[in-house]
Amino acid sequence: MTRITAWRRHPLARYAVLILALALVGMVYAAFFQAGKPADAALAAGKVDDVAEGKSLFVQHCSSCHGMNAQGTTTAPTLVGVGAAAVDFQMSTGRMPAANPGPQAPRKPQAPWVDETKIRQIAAYVQSLGGGPQVPGQEYVDPKLGDAGKGGELFRANCIQCHNWAGAGGALTQGKYAPNLNSATPTQIYEAMVTGPQAMPVFNDTTITPEEKRSMIAYITQVREQKDPGGFGLGRIGPVTEGLVAWVVGLSVLALAAIWITAKKRQKS
Amino acid sequence: MSDLRTVPNAVAGPSTFLDDRLGGANFLKRNLRKIFPDHWSFLLGEIALYSFVILLLTGTFLTFWFKPSMMEVAYDGSYAPLHGVMMSEAYASSLEISFDVRGGLLIRQMHHWSALLFVAGMTVHMLRVFFTGAYRKPREINWIIGVLLLTLALAEGLTGYSLPDDLLSGAGLRITEGVAISLPLVGTYITFFLFGGEYPGEDVISRFYSLHILLIPGILLALISAHMVLMWVQKHTQMPGKGRDNKNVVGAPFYPAFMAKAGAYFLFTLATVAGLATFTQINPIWLFGPYTPADVSAGSQPDFYMGFLEGALRIMVPWEINLFGTSHAGTLPLSVIIPALVPMGIIMTGLALYPFLERWVTGDNREHHIADRPRNNPHRTSIGMSAITFYGVLWLLGANDEISANFHISLNVTTYAGRVLIFLAPALAYLITYRMCLGLQRSDAAVISHGVESGVIKRLPHGEFIEVHTPPAEDIEAHVRGKEPVAMLPVAEDPTGIPPKGMRGPVGRLRARMSKAYGGEKIQLDDGHGHGHGDDQAALERSDDRSLTH
Repeated sequence: MTRITAWRRHPLARYAVLILALALVGMVYAAFFQAGKPADAALAAGKVDDVAEGKSLFVQHCSSCHGMNAQGTTTAPTLVGVGAAAVDFQMSTGRMPAANPGPQAPRKPQAPWVDETKIRQIAAYVQSLGGGPQVPGQEYVDPKLGDAGKGGELFRANCIQCHNWAGAGGALTQGKYAPNLNSATPTQIYEAMVTGPQAMPVFNDTTITPEEKRSMIAYITQVREQKDPGGFGLGRIGPVTEGLVAWVVGLSVLALAAIWITAKKRQKS
Repeated sequence: MSDLRTVPNAVAGPSTFLDDRLGGANFLKRNLRKIFPDHWSFLLGEIALYSFVILLLTGTFLTFWFKPSMMEVAYDGSYAPLHGVMMSEAYASSLEISFDVRGGLLIRQMHHWSALLFVAGMTVHMLRVFFTGAYRKPREINWIIGVLLLTLALAEGLTGYSLPDDLLSGAGLRITEGVAISLPLVGTYITFFLFGGEYPGEDVISRFYSLHILLIPGILLALISAHMVLMWVQKHTQMPGKGRDNKNVVGAPFYPAFMAKAGAYFLFTLATVAGLATFTQINPIWLFGPYTPADVSAGSQPDFYMGFLEGALRIMVPWEINLFGTSHAGTLPLSVIIPALVPMGIIMTGLALYPFLERWVTGDNREHHIADRPRNNPHRTSIGMSAITFYGVLWLLGANDEISANFHISLNVTTYAGRVLIFLAPALAYLITYRMCLGLQRSDAAVISHGVESGVIKRLPHGEFIEVHTPPAEDIEAHVRGKEPVAMLPVAEDPTGIPPKGMRGPVGRLRARMSKAYGGEKIQLDDGHGHGHGDDQAALERSDDRSLTH
């Protein structure tokens, strides 16, 4: 029996082979499959350049807070797995790049260097890091395809706790707030629901299906485009401004009227 | 017109016919000439009165279409974003009034705006009466009627804005339920009685409807009538001034002058309400959506007059007592009971008792028909401002989410600030108001003793410049001299150091101390204009102040 044969028949040989095989499969998987998938996806979409370009933009503009590899730092979270939708939402609303750290990044005009292409490139890069929700197609956010009545019920059940009945926004704890929805585009509303930016929870497709999201978008856009039938809407925030108007306008006018009426004295004849 | 010396037959005939049978001529002759004093602040109560009239008229219109039912229906009216949504008939009929009844939205908005002005008018009227001391004898009963009216108006408002059964009013209904159920021992029973079972049940809208359109307005109407009759019989107070004393009333007769003014003021109120309702949207129930207990919205607020209760609830610390250390034995939710009952109790009970407390402290049993100027009773004015501040802090904090969202202040900061301010601000308001009252009294005294700065600079022969002061106008002087010292109990001890009778026990001593602080005259007015510029000059030399601004 040769030495090799003796090794082969050693009681531990089968385990060694098994471990070797597993290691080999793992290495092959790591070498081809894992690395190849994003590249393949990007290749298929013709976006290989987007990822590379996106990375360089990311390093320039985002890495100081999110880290060189988007792994996150103490000031900002990791972006691995947040998906292209999150990038598109944050950058198209001007929230990112953030001006200064605070409880919450406000919506603001986009930075001068930001445009649609750059957003797409950075989004492609972040998408390549670990997947995540994609930017929705136009058919998912078209208000015309939604059912506003159904959407209104879902909106009242899921959104108005923070965003107010008319999407006028509201306060949250510790300086955070739910912004008003008037300037959000249908795509941004959809993206906010699937990515849960800042203080907002995620409403994924099992909680609220894409069709339901589209109905909610239909309700939100219909209500915000509606001309207030009762006159000036007072910010649609309810009794606070109404009370203010009752006192400041109503009562002041009547007090002035009272002063005017009593100032009229009978002429002495 | 001057040759019209006799009453035309067309007028005289029917009038005589009526008078022979009703005998109203004497009554009218006496009452049409009733004199009403003229001051703009005396019209503030009329805002409430006329708003109430508008409320009755518009409310009647709304009842023609409103259906007080909680039966579920699918909406198929003309407001598209709610199509197919299940809702109560009450909400559906409110939407119908808003979108499908001609003029319905305008009338609904008029009803709501006049409700706000009703309570706001009552509030400012009450403050006017308080700060001028017009609640004093013989008007205490009328004051208490007023406090009842204010309390009932809050209940009327709460039942009213709950009727449309929209999501916003539902939040208020839920809080009402929370307060009812938080009451020890009887809470559960009261809640089940009110809602006819588990919240929200199917009865509460129809019950609130009866309360809102029948019971409470009936009581309001009766009390308002009593309020008016008492005012008529006791006559209106007047501001101090020339020729006015405690025994007369100086002003314009009811017919024709005051009637024209009051009529015009009704039209002003109507115009304001109609103008607000035309141009400003109020309570847009279609935006809120139908009520379901599962949903609640950010920015849920009550109407302004409930705001102070909302604020109390928001700044309250989360205290609760579990009896015997377990919730099975019963829970006393102080975090609900205290804000629901204590501020309301302090304000309403304080208002009702104030005339009697003041009389107890001052021992003043005289009749008063001349209104005090607020500065001339500094402690009363300070107490009033303190109460306004207390109410105001709670009111403001009732909107702390809107303050936080719109002014970018952390919500937590507003809550903590509220918890401090609710104690600190009334105390500060008291001190500041007290000093301001004394300052104003001093400035009155200066006007009486030195006159008014004329702006004319005179050079004396020896070279000194002085400003000529002119005596105040007659009516102003009479107005200022209408001041009289706040009454005080005889608190002086006799020569042996024994306090007067009734002021020897602990309560008596407290009463004497309060009387001493509250009563008396803090700043004396001079007797006449005897003081010329000699005095001024001496004062100037003494203080070595050569400025000409004196």
